[in-house]
Amino acid sequence: MGLNESILELIRLSATDLSIDVEQAIKQAYQTEEKNTPAYNVFSTIFDNIKMAREQSTPICQDTGSLVFYVDYPQGDSQKKYRQAIECAAKEATGFQYLRPNAVNPITSKNSGNNIGINAPYIHFHEWDDDMVRIRLMLKGGGSENVGAQYKLPHPALKAGRDLAGVRKVIIDAVTNAQGLGCAPGIIGVGIGGGRDTSFTLSKEQFFRKIGERSSVKELAKLEQDLLVDLNKLEIGPMGFGGKTTVLEVFIGSQDRHPATFFVSVSYTCWAFRRKTMTINNGEVKYD
Amino acid sequence: MIKIKTPVSEKEIRSLQVGDTVLLSGVIVTARDAAHKLMVEEKPDFIREFLNESMIYHCGPVVKQDNSGLWKFVSAGPTTSAREEPYQAEVIKEYNVRGVIGKGGMGPLTAQGLKDQGAVYLHAVGGAGTLIANTVKEVINVFKLEEFGTPEAFWVIRIEELPLVVTMDSHGGSLHKKILEKSRNVANRLIAN
Repeated sequence: MGLNESILELIRLSATDLSIDVEQAIKQAYQTEEKNTPAYNVFSTIFDNIKMAREQSTPICQDTGSLVFYVDYPQGDSQKKYRQAIECAAKEATGFQYLRPNAVNPITSKNSGNNIGINAPYIHFHEWDDDMVRIRLMLKGGGSENVGAQYKLPHPALKAGRDLAGVRKVIIDAVTNAQGLGCAPGIIGVGIGGGRDTSFTLSKEQFFRKIGERSSVKELAKLEQDLLVDLNKLEIGPMGFGGKTTVLEVFIGSQDRHPATFFVSVSYTCWAFRRKTMTINNGEVKYD
Repeated sequence: MIKIKTPVSEKEIRSLQVGDTVLLSGVIVTARDAAHKLMVEEKPDFIREFLNESMIYHCGPVVKQDNSGLWKFVSAGPTTSAREEPYQAEVIKEYNVRGVIGKGGMGPLTAQGLKDQGAVYLHAVGGAGTLIANTVKEVINVFKLEEFGTPEAFWVIRIEELPLVVTMDSHGGSLHKKILEKSRNVANRLIAN
């Protein structure tokens, strides 16, 4: 299989085959809801849909999102090669209806029709010491992207200071404001520190962690665990219908900040949490 | 489960209450941002017969066309309805619409529009793209495909037993308002700790 075909398969899997860790988290949430409530019925529909999409090889959700790639490549390799292969695969995937055309020029409002445009797909490149290549893909839905939020601490209205207690408060505020609009139950990615741009970037990178994988930083791991409990007390529930599960997971990352700034960026993804990893090691391609 | 089929009467719609689960069948029309703007600004007649006593679905589908030119829905879950808040009340009145299907609920202008017109807001399961596409049995027509692109075009479709929940009824009830108030109170307590 050539690089183009391998990436096409990465896109197909991302759009149609929900990762097992996410499916299991949804299953657990399903079991906690009372039978015949709107929340229970939502989970039942979600479950059937996951199965149908996998069997039919059709998109789990019609919003197949913005394509965000993360490419880690060995020294001496060519970025251009990967960019060309990604663009070619994205076009083909649109033709096969694995993807909806989602690249719209903001000036003309014209949809390019093939998911190719300015910074679309967006590719993060990183040269690493490893010999293998790793290509990660996130399909980031628009509805959930719209409920993301960035806070600047201190935040007087929430009495949130420049510490982890302040961080906790703004995350609770963001999830409350999101209600069901990001297709709850969601997964929350948080970036603490950095500039406005790198803060959001860090929040999104958290989404490549597996459900249940706690931060290696002790303080953040505790905050993640506490927030998972607190956020589900909001009882916004699936689709915002009310229910026991509002979020499936909280991932928090941190990076150094400028002495004068303290940003907290909260990214939200819907339950249709679509991200996959592909590795190429000595010509052997694997997907996770 | 309450079974409803379009065209649907005002009386039948007025009997629905927040929290009711509905299985919807019949002909409905997808419309999102560009379509709503057009319906308010230019009031086109081509869509009138399909919307009369029927429903609007906020959806930008993934579609495919077979060799004979027939369209098929591949994935077709709801999109966020709030973006149509400035237009919705006017559209349902102008075209005699009995229901709006989407996700996330809508604001006070639409709530008033539903009350005045005798219409409901029905919430589909966001993200259930494949399952909902499987309820679409026929694509009857499409308008403005070239100009608006696939997601934004008017797709006239015949559906069978689309699962929905009434989250805003024709009597001013709104599940979204209730959940927002409740969760905000909890959040305030959590933030104060």
